[in-house]
Amino acid sequence: MNFQLLGVNHKTAPVEVREQLAISDKKLADALRQLMSVPGVREAMILSTCNRVEVLAHSTNGSADLRQFLREHFGLAPSSFEPHLYEYREIDVVRHVFRVASSLDSLVVGEPQILGQVKEAYATARAAGTVQSYLDLLLTRAFAVAKRVRTETAVGSSSVSIASVAVDLAERIFGSLRGKQVCLVGAGKMSEIAARHLLARGAGPIFVANRTYDRAQTLAQRFGGSAIRFDELYEHCEQADIVITSTGAPVAIFRREHGERFLSRRKNRPMFFIDIAVPRDVDPEMNKLAGIFIYDIDDLQEAAASHAAERSKEAERAERIIEDEVGRFHARLQSLHVVPAIVSLQDYVETIRQAELDRVRGRLGQLSPEQEQALEALTHGIVNKILHTPITRLKSAAAGPEVTTLIEAFRKIFNLQDKGTEEKASVKTGVGSGSRSR
Amino acid sequence: MANIWLRVALAFYGLGLLYVLVALTRTREILNRIALHAAYLGMTFHFVAIVETVHQSGEMSLASLSLAASVLGFLIMVVFLLVYLIYKTTSPGIVVFPMVFLLTFVGLSGLESFVLASSSARAGWLIAHITLIFAGYAALVISFSASLIYLIQEHMLKAKRPTGLLSRLPALQVTDDIGFRSLLIGFPFMTAGLVAGMVIAQARFGQVNFRDPKILLSLLTWAVYLILLYTRWSAGWRGRRAAYLAAGTFALAIVAWAANYFSAVHRLSP
Repeated sequence: MNFQLLGVNHKTAPVEVREQLAISDKKLADALRQLMSVPGVREAMILSTCNRVEVLAHSTNGSADLRQFLREHFGLAPSSFEPHLYEYREIDVVRHVFRVASSLDSLVVGEPQILGQVKEAYATARAAGTVQSYLDLLLTRAFAVAKRVRTETAVGSSSVSIASVAVDLAERIFGSLRGKQVCLVGAGKMSEIAARHLLARGAGPIFVANRTYDRAQTLAQRFGGSAIRFDELYEHCEQADIVITSTGAPVAIFRREHGERFLSRRKNRPMFFIDIAVPRDVDPEMNKLAGIFIYDIDDLQEAAASHAAERSKEAERAERIIEDEVGRFHARLQSLHVVPAIVSLQDYVETIRQAELDRVRGRLGQLSPEQEQALEALTHGIVNKILHTPITRLKSAAAGPEVTTLIEAFRKIFNLQDKGTEEKASVKTGVGSGSRSR
Repeated sequence: MANIWLRVALAFYGLGLLYVLVALTRTREILNRIALHAAYLGMTFHFVAIVETVHQSGEMSLASLSLAASVLGFLIMVVFLLVYLIYKTTSPGIVVFPMVFLLTFVGLSGLESFVLASSSARAGWLIAHITLIFAGYAALVISFSASLIYLIQEHMLKAKRPTGLLSRLPALQVTDDIGFRSLLIGFPFMTAGLVAGMVIAQARFGQVNFRDPKILLSLLTWAVYLILLYTRWSAGWRGRRAAYLAAGTFALAIVAWAANYFSAVHRLSP
């Protein structure tokens, strides 16, 4: 099998380490080429997202030095990242790849982005020519497994990431978000993502406030909204149904008295504050006001996690599906293993048959089509009957532990050659290729 | 003649009452214009009726309850029009039309007496009275339940537990909307039901005895209902306060219903 996987994820490594090991999309092709240059690596793929960096390889002997690649590519001291690494081999790689693609290994189990990210990594590696038979087989199966997990379990059924949790909450408060005004205070990746999610669900118009007015204008332009000056914030904010705030202010900028004023001016219509700032921009006291709902970053994370907890049962079912699929994939790979032996055996016998036929034709002279046919049928019959039992035995042993010794024995007895192109051929012919013996 | 003018005025206010029901579901410019014209015409006839009544009795005395009610109704319409002239909105009509309709009706009841000739006419009025009042009660119950659900939802959202039960309930604002709309729809029904009740009472006893506990409590319920509607509409009271008010109104409605046992004019089995 000879699969290998080395990586870090959100569970094993803090964000500082993951940042250092991240590989941007642009540099991915170069990194793949470098990875291929590691002795023994035949196929390679790299998955780099904000929550994980993983190096996947298929090697000649299953023990290529992938750490060497990490050291050389990043030029980092091994001590800085090696304690955070996890390493899988053989069947464990299969299980891990299946789990990652099915979003069972994600920070928020069931979040849908990861499958897209794996698919992108796969496409990049394919385009770079570093994915061929074995990894191709593994990844296409992983996509099918992910699809099966999604359709057969409820994992990934409801929205998940922090931004989608925020949108979900907004919809629980307001129902349809159409026409709901959004006020974006301060800037930041997370708050911009949240704003984009809200706008995508029909919210808007949006107005943007920032300490620097220019920045507010750029942001407003990006969202098709309008910029407001920071000192006019409170006058505008009362119109907003949803306020996303993430300023670097050392003290809360929205306090109880502001909340009271907002409420009386907007006839107590509810307001939803999404506070992504640390330290917080909204005084928790404000949550006591009827009609004002405040979710800070921890609340959102917790909500996302409780989504996940609700799904733990489904996750268990998903894990069972993964185990089932790992078993199947294993069996399939094993049977792929015997196919080259079977093919060589068939080729070997066929060559003998053809040679003998040519010889006998020379002796017999011109034959009628009927005679030619009879001769073909006779030799075919003999060859197939002799080969039938060994091939069946080989196939039925494919999933068992003794398969390697059996194949060895076959090769020795029949003096079969180990062809270099065997693997490519085997993947293409697939398990069901026994047609020649029929 | 005064009673004829007042009847015509009442008919126009009735048109305004219809506007209220329609305006709940859709807002159209034409509806506003219909409401405004009904208000203008109703007020004109109303004014004529008041002048004539005062002229006939020879003094501007508000001693008679029916005349007082009629004048009050007229003044409320004046304020409604002033609000329209300043703010260009007819939305207070949602509360104003039912109120003025009821007041004008009380005014009319002082000018003439209703005679329900046949027993089938009496039965018709009775059925209308019961159906309308009960529709008003039903709306009140729905509004109260919606307020309770709103409270639960608000609590769960504030406790940062946005899972489980909450995901099965409608959005907070939808709950709020259901509560407010059922109140709005219920109010014209309650008003019309009260009017029907007064017609029946007058036809039977010749005059509405406003000191009867049943009638007093019914009017009080109606007034609290109006306050409930007003606070929700103007101050946007929701959740806890709206729930308390709705519960209070409903309790009062139950008391008013129980007053049957102390009332001389209202017997469940006549």
